[in-house]
Amino acid sequence: MRQQPNKLQPFFENLNFERKDNTMVINFGPQHPSAHGQLRLVLELQGEQVVKAYPDIGYLHRGVEKMAENMIYNEFLPTTDRLDYIASTSNNYAFALAVERLLGIEDKVPRRAKVIRTMLLELNRIISHLFFLATHALDVGAMSIFLYAFREREFAMDLMEDYCGARLTHAAVRIGGVPLDLPDGWIASLSNFLNKLPEQIKLYEDLLTENRIWKMRLEDVGVLEPEDALSWGCTGPMLRGSGIAYDIRKEEPYELYDELDFDIPVADTKDSYGRYRLYMEEMKESIKILRQLISMYPKTEQKLMAHAPQYISAPKEEIMTQNYALMQHFVLVTQGMRPPKGTVYAPTESPKGELGFYIVSEGEPYAYRLKCRAPSFFHTGLLQDLLVGTYIADVVTIIGSTNIVFGEVDR
Amino acid sequence: MAQHQVNYASAGGLPVALTTADHLINWGRSNSLWPLTYGLACCAIEMMASGASRFDFDRMGVIFRASPRQADVMILAGTLTKKHAEFTRRLYDQMAEPKWVISMGSCANTGGMFNTYSIVQGVDRIVPVDIYLPGCAPRPETLQYAMMMLQKKIRRESANMNKNKKQRFL
Amino acid sequence: MRRYVPKDNVQKKAKYTDRYWVAPRVPRESIEEGSFFEEVVTNLQNRGIEILDSYIEIGQLVVKINPEQNLEAVKSMRDDSCFKMCSELSAVDYLAKDGEFEIFYQLLNLDEAKRARVVTRIKKEQGIESICPVFKMANFAEREMYDMFGIYVNNHPYLKRILMPDDWVGHPLLKTYPLQGDEAASWYEVDKIFGKEYRDIIGPELRDPARIDRYDTQRFARVGKEVPFGADPELVDKTETPIEDGYSKTFLTDYTTGSKELENRR
Repeated sequence: MRQQPNKLQPFFENLNFERKDNTMVINFGPQHPSAHGQLRLVLELQGEQVVKAYPDIGYLHRGVEKMAENMIYNEFLPTTDRLDYIASTSNNYAFALAVERLLGIEDKVPRRAKVIRTMLLELNRIISHLFFLATHALDVGAMSIFLYAFREREFAMDLMEDYCGARLTHAAVRIGGVPLDLPDGWIASLSNFLNKLPEQIKLYEDLLTENRIWKMRLEDVGVLEPEDALSWGCTGPMLRGSGIAYDIRKEEPYELYDELDFDIPVADTKDSYGRYRLYMEEMKESIKILRQLISMYPKTEQKLMAHAPQYISAPKEEIMTQNYALMQHFVLVTQGMRPPKGTVYAPTESPKGELGFYIVSEGEPYAYRLKCRAPSFFHTGLLQDLLVGTYIADVVTIIGSTNIVFGEVDR
Repeated sequence: MAQHQVNYASAGGLPVALTTADHLINWGRSNSLWPLTYGLACCAIEMMASGASRFDFDRMGVIFRASPRQADVMILAGTLTKKHAEFTRRLYDQMAEPKWVISMGSCANTGGMFNTYSIVQGVDRIVPVDIYLPGCAPRPETLQYAMMMLQKKIRRESANMNKNKKQRFL
Repeated sequence: MRRYVPKDNVQKKAKYTDRYWVAPRVPRESIEEGSFFEEVVTNLQNRGIEILDSYIEIGQLVVKINPEQNLEAVKSMRDDSCFKMCSELSAVDYLAKDGEFEIFYQLLNLDEAKRARVVTRIKKEQGIESICPVFKMANFAEREMYDMFGIYVNNHPYLKRILMPDDWVGHPLLKTYPLQGDEAASWYEVDKIFGKEYRDIIGPELRDPARIDRYDTQRFARVGKEVPFGADPELVDKTETPIEDGYSKTFLTDYTTGSKELENRR
């Protein structure tokens, strides 16, 4: 079959061998086998060392912020799932938190909903960190870790599926609470999972942490100085990997984090190895938090959504039986709720860093402006500085270590 | 090979199977489809999960290849933006015949929930698609079922790719 | 004549508005004496920055300044008041209401764990000074602001489109830009890959989520007629002329004649 003649010309401009300064330009194109998505890096190489790196993004720009200006708040919630698609509930929760702060009902969220939400957030943290480990190891070359970590991840995704029905794009929280209670036996499966996970984490650590090859690949690679980290707006594990102990869960607590007992791992070595150890430790802390939450769950009374009739629909039993609840629900679903006029920025600690939503509301059912502050956006910009002077093999390690997800970067 | 029942009584008792060239070539092609790793967005995670431990893809002979020159199938998993459309077509052109395309997920089929300015409304505007796979994100088992359907499709088509009726203009 | 639709804000608007309803406001508190935010405001004033307004909204300080002083203000926030990280920087399009863009810088003080927002307003063709010398994150964030709104940033090291392709026409996040894209946007990929000649062959984008193809014999049941799967539409439909608007004449006709229930009711 003849190839279809189209306007695309052979594309050799990206690969110059003879330039004035003898550097070679390589295009680390939008499709590459390392699993991070659509990053196009134009690298100028001097031999094997990178002299200049220019990240080109926008290959997954879906216009999410513009969609928010055309959808009511509840309708927009599943779209936030697709931002950081590895840990979907954290995006859902960040959006729900921003809207709750805008409405002023942050305190009215019932306790059981808070417990469930925090459990889902920590479970998503474990899912995301396992994914980080899997893909980072796959990029660096340790392919079996990919298969092992995905196996654990499948158990966690089974739990999420039991709860909300979806493996990947959850939409598990709503503005004002959670829609569903935990099914029977979910807590038992979760405890089961939490009993098995530490052994597996120990397995990964035994395979990698003292491994000579792993250490050689990761130590002193991607060294990020604290001033650079602050200036570039790095948050989350990138910031804590450079020695600055700032975790939004501790400093600006939301949900139940001020009642829970957990530590924040901080790494002193500013390289990828420190960040890798940080991710492993964070997984262990998440397990600790989840165990505390399991014991908190039975003590809460059965109420799942906040009571704010102006903004949030009544529970389904009331909608099906009471007339006014039905009318209110109809109006809220067709027209949408109208939050007060104002602006809010609600930062949360997502597994990748500080995920925040900046919502400007003009009293309309549609947000006037929604800006999603994605941690991976700034981490991708950071690659400009971080990749200079490294070898091309380290480029892949560093990209993996920054844990970027392109749904967030491009929105 | 179970379809080709070997009757050892005929052909002088030799382990000889009689088949047509079409059958044989299609058997070879369908049972070792090598996809191009073309994960764009969330569906990429499900594609990776389908290649990982629980839903193993390797049992179907499917090995993910990174280079388009070595790949048979292009599984377009995820949202295709207009900025990226050019590269998709380039990669499709770089793949050698015989090649097939599976469009995975609603974003690739029709643009999905993203009815916005920068999304290609359906990957079949750019490349001819053989199997459309709905879902958001489709489960790994669904992707494997789609791969099996593609295998069935390959087996019933002619081995000579020029005879197969593809989408009219592409 | 068709009804006039104002084009300065083509985003979706609420269909029903209560005539006498006034939207409440998120409460704004004034800054107390001796608090941390008071020091921040004083530091800004010491540098000679004119503060148009300052208040506390949802626990975060909001300071409104003039656009010419934005670099000074951000420097003061970083050096004097120790707001070492800029979390976010973008713009809001108020062109339809006031003819201005509102640019905000969201800053974080790590020692006190407090957040502040510096807000300025610029007119449509006005440019704004880049804060890249102060915070490196502005490199990407201001490029995105330029890409999405068309706000030109002075002294930026590399002001080029970042999220949209380089040859894109239009600035997407403006209120005048429709969600589904304008004419240039809808043909972008066809023109780029195949050329303008293929616009008719590939056809326009199908953006209607509820579209039913009248002559499709493989996906949905044909509206008004039942035909075998995959039958050739031309052979089956010799008598009917194709309908461009997608609605079938048979669907719009009266199904009630011949219906048993209606006969019984009569």
